[in-house]
Amino acid sequence: MNKEWPLWEIFIRSQHGLAHKHVGSLHAPDAEMAINNARDVYTRRNEGVSIWAVKASDITASSPGDKEALFEPANSKVYRHPTFFPMPEEVKNL
Amino acid sequence: MPDQKFSYLLRLADNATVLSQRLSEWCGKGPALEEDMALSNVALDLLGQARFWYSYAGEIEGAGRDEDAMAFLRDAHDFRNLLLVEQPNGTYADTLARQFYFDVWHFLLLQKLTASTDPRIAAVAEKSLKEVSYHARRSGDLVVRLGDGSEQSHAMMQAALDELWMYTGEMFQPDATDEAMAAQGIAPDLASLRAPWLKHVGEVFSEATLVLPPENAWMQKGGKQGVHTEHLGYLLAEMQFLQRAYPGATW
Repeated sequence: MNKEWPLWEIFIRSQHGLAHKHVGSLHAPDAEMAINNARDVYTRRNEGVSIWAVKASDITASSPGDKEALFEPANSKVYRHPTFFPMPEEVKNL
Repeated sequence: MPDQKFSYLLRLADNATVLSQRLSEWCGKGPALEEDMALSNVALDLLGQARFWYSYAGEIEGAGRDEDAMAFLRDAHDFRNLLLVEQPNGTYADTLARQFYFDVWHFLLLQKLTASTDPRIAAVAEKSLKEVSYHARRSGDLVVRLGDGSEQSHAMMQAALDELWMYTGEMFQPDATDEAMAAQGIAPDLASLRAPWLKHVGEVFSEATLVLPPENAWMQKGGKQGVHTEHLGYLLAEMQFLQRAYPGATW
């Protein structure tokens, strides 16, 4: 039997209207305790309004070997990059 | 009755200080990184609460003693904490049992104290309640995990809860100070906390497949009157060493 607690990835939403952002990972025996532990490990400095805990084993990640196929094509198509649009000062968090 | 309010505040402060010191002993030695941090956080919460209570007690006393003088320059027989909180850390199950019993009581007490006729006590209670409601949730959750865990964790959790049971009676047994506070509406009638405490503890026990020790078991008492177990002296010796050896030291 595996005695290690499973690994959880923790996402915190820093304020209403923003997306949950990955802040790190921790070990916990189950989802409820993962939230409790996240409170202790990641939210002691007023970080957010909401916590998500996701089992790390439930995340499907792209392989580093696929980097070229996934990301390279965009590099030669500068028109895809939104750098030509001046952003108004008022628009934040974009 | 300023004397009795002073004694009462010392009880609140000493409970928080002594338990905080005990929990701090786990710092760097917790069974998992997450637990280590959690216990240290709880310790810090309690220390913060102790400072409020000590400051207020010092003002009422009017002898110029500040929170540091209260925490670091009083002897064991001047401490008014419950015997429960000074019990040694033991295994992690012992630490959790102590925490769970205290957290549930602490939560119920602070909840009542938010309605205190003393506005300052009500305000500190309100602020502390947010932290303590989390403490109680956390320790209750862990008691369930260990009680309903492996054969070994179940046995250890049950043994720890049985062992510390005799220190829980003191939490509900009013003495003259408690009665004076209740009469003035400053603090609740302590005995009234027992039923909701038993109900909550009983619910967690049943979820955790643990057996509640007998309600009419023989109970220890004396902490609130300054009669302590041998453990408090050692705890204070460590906690107070720096101030005793180097009076007035700061950093």
